Amino acid sequence: MRTNRDPDAVTNILVVGIGGQGVMTAAEMLARAALTQGYDVKKTEVAGMAQRGGIVSSHVRFGPRVYSPQIEPGEADLLIGFEAAEALRWWPHLRPNGVAMVNTLRIAPPIVSAGIYDYPADPLATLVATGLEVHAFDAGALAEALGNPKMVNTIMLGAISDYLPFPAEMLKACIVDGFRVHKPALAEINARAFEAGRAAGHERTHNAD
Amino acid sequence: MPNPAQHAKVENRHLLSGNEAVARAAWEAGARVAAAYPGTPATEILENIARYPDIYSEWSVNEKVAVEVAIGASLAGSRALAAMKHVGMNVASDAFMTQALAGVVGGLVIVVADDVGLSSSQNEQDSRYWGRFGHMPILEPADSQEAYEMVKAAFEISEVHEVPVIVRMTTRVCHVKAMVSFAGERIEHPAPGFQKNPQRWVMTPANAKPRLPLMHQRDQTLRAAAEASDLNRVLTGTDRRLGFITSGAAFMHVRESFPNAPVLKLGFSHPLPLEQVRAFAASVDTLVVVEETEPLIETELRAAGIVTRGKDLLPRFGELAPNVLRPALKPLLGEPVAIPMLAQTGVFPRPPTMCASCPHLGPYFALSHIRNLNIVGDIGCYTLGAGHPWNALDTCTCMGASLSMAHGMDKGRGTSDEKKHLVAVIGDSTFLHMGMQGLLNMIYNRGNVTVLLLDNRSVGMTGGQENPGTGLDLHGVEAPRVDFVKLVEALGVRPERVRTVDPYQLPNVVKLVREEIKMNEPSVIITDRPCSLTDRFERFKPYTVIDEQCTGCGNCIDLGCPAIFVDRRETAPTKSGKTKELTFARIDSSACTGCHMCVETCAPLAIVQLTAPPQPAAQPIQVHRHAH
Repeated sequence: MRTNRDPDAVTNILVVGIGGQGVMTAAEMLARAALTQGYDVKKTEVAGMAQRGGIVSSHVRFGPRVYSPQIEPGEADLLIGFEAAEALRWWPHLRPNGVAMVNTLRIAPPIVSAGIYDYPADPLATLVATGLEVHAFDAGALAEALGNPKMVNTIMLGAISDYLPFPAEMLKACIVDGFRVHKPALAEINARAFEAGRAAGHERTHNAD
Repeated sequence: MPNPAQHAKVENRHLLSGNEAVARAAWEAGARVAAAYPGTPATEILENIARYPDIYSEWSVNEKVAVEVAIGASLAGSRALAAMKHVGMNVASDAFMTQALAGVVGGLVIVVADDVGLSSSQNEQDSRYWGRFGHMPILEPADSQEAYEMVKAAFEISEVHEVPVIVRMTTRVCHVKAMVSFAGERIEHPAPGFQKNPQRWVMTPANAKPRLPLMHQRDQTLRAAAEASDLNRVLTGTDRRLGFITSGAAFMHVRESFPNAPVLKLGFSHPLPLEQVRAFAASVDTLVVVEETEPLIETELRAAGIVTRGKDLLPRFGELAPNVLRPALKPLLGEPVAIPMLAQTGVFPRPPTMCASCPHLGPYFALSHIRNLNIVGDIGCYTLGAGHPWNALDTCTCMGASLSMAHGMDKGRGTSDEKKHLVAVIGDSTFLHMGMQGLLNMIYNRGNVTVLLLDNRSVGMTGGQENPGTGLDLHGVEAPRVDFVKLVEALGVRPERVRTVDPYQLPNVVKLVREEIKMNEPSVIITDRPCSLTDRFERFKPYTVIDEQCTGCGNCIDLGCPAIFVDRRETAPTKSGKTKELTFARIDSSACTGCHMCVETCAPLAIVQLTAPPQPAAQPIQVHRHAH
């Protein structure tokens, strides 16, 4: 939990990825957790035709009073990137002291595969070179190790849980309790995924000199 | 009755999208009938209303029908609601432009969602024009709480003034989740029943004419109501150098950007409460109108002699987010703000693609490999056929336009079109929405267009909603299913020219299109595979590429399946001594759903099922490669 913040400040979290990755679900969980903390909450998406492989960005803002639902460039406290190039695309939205939590997964769209555009050679190195605080890890591999590739979403939420203005346990409870009610068989593995992500999210990524 | 919708809440604070809030309000207001045609960003309004069994709700075949259904219910005395996206209002306008003259009985609310910023639309329109055009009041919520309150208020205003009321939403209200407090339970408004009154309800010239002065009188009464309405309110501010008049989502952006400035927030924005505006204008140094998107309030202020700034400084399109407002308006305070320059990340675009196993892939593969076509398109997922790698769609204008525009392109052929064949591409739901008339017209006027009716049994682009061709209704209950073959035959297409085809059978699709474009009469080719994102879709075993057998011909890449990737490129000498480029393919088997289409493009039988031994393939398809 990060407490060195103005209590009146609005917290801005930008969740980005590709249609079908669970970006909007992750943002929904963050909004719900903030709601339980008594904040005013707004969540908005830009996902016009995202189901068709397009870019998804979901903005979550919470604080004592939130007006505009959109996070402006340079105003995000946290960037959660579900894919490496998408994290790179959205880094200008971060504050200079913001944190980028990135899944190292790389997904090249057909126009890249077809040779019309190039996938960035090393999106993470470029991201780290901006001087921002970057935490990158392979969430897919963690999920595989847990025996369920669908745990990426919960792993990413666990990873950012110690960078929120409220205790990580609150977010964890929100996620795990949700599963207890709707899919009890998945509650336990989600709790473990959350903790696995939480541990992975602590390590800051540096470029080799 | 408790709210059956699933959403997060703490005590009485609920996290709802604007669309969910509209549904909740309609239920509490005692609405008895609701109708809509799906369209982003309005689709979820009716999907959420459908969760309330107290309200009869339906997917209508188009927006005009939806409004007419709501009008009928209103004349029977029921509170009724119709919802649509902005372009749907154009379709519906014939109905409400006259009903606004006749008036209504039960509260009639039209919720229209403007796609400001074009997240998923063919244009950007300001639907507030319809209020001015049709003499109907406009309410403009800024967030979910207001969407809830204003829809309830809209029913009251509608009944008091006997007028349809437009609730104008925008994408940034419809799809934003925000806190909503709702206290009420549903208040029933039983319908008294239709009272026959031909002079009132039969809009012949003789009956309509006496309504005109009444309609203009009503405008004045509505203006007085707007002056007195608590939906318009002043937020006092400490810094009076700039004072804002604003409405809808723009209010939030103004408040975010200029937290200390006084604001006259217009919720009941038409007819404009001019006296309130005058009083407010007198209380600030410089008045600025911030509205999305057209300068409607601003123009009326100027006509009334009120000095204001507005679109001289602000864009007339797109969202007026803080990063637009600040640099445009801070200079008025002597505080220049640099236009924020986003650092260039150089990351490739990620345009939407068709899905793995999408039944449109087959027809577009065919269209992209047949020469001399003018391909007139329509609104739906198949509009993506205009993109890479098919480049096989030449126009897209509005719902149902493909058939009629193709007919016109045939009749108005120019010299370069001499050898061109005309093809219209349309989906099942769009055909039923507004395409049928174009086909009937083409038959009646002896046109000659080859129609590809891509029936994927869903309204695909908006998320797989039902329509009269799917066999289910809005509630997922079995419903009569239109028979497309009988329908197009009934419209006059000769039975010999109505061809059905499995879109996964590529050779058949190519053969059929080639045959039908040569005919001197209209043909309809109907495909019959469901959208691969719906429950109707049946997953098959995934495929993979045997690398050693891939010859790099690239035929499978031309399908445009997002599960097929270029593995590597090489060059090789041809027999004639030239160099040809080879494109070796790889299939992401985790994304493949086994539709088998790519197998039919593969001469060397390099594509095989992942777990089973290779299947004997049919004769591979021969295609002529060319740029469309």
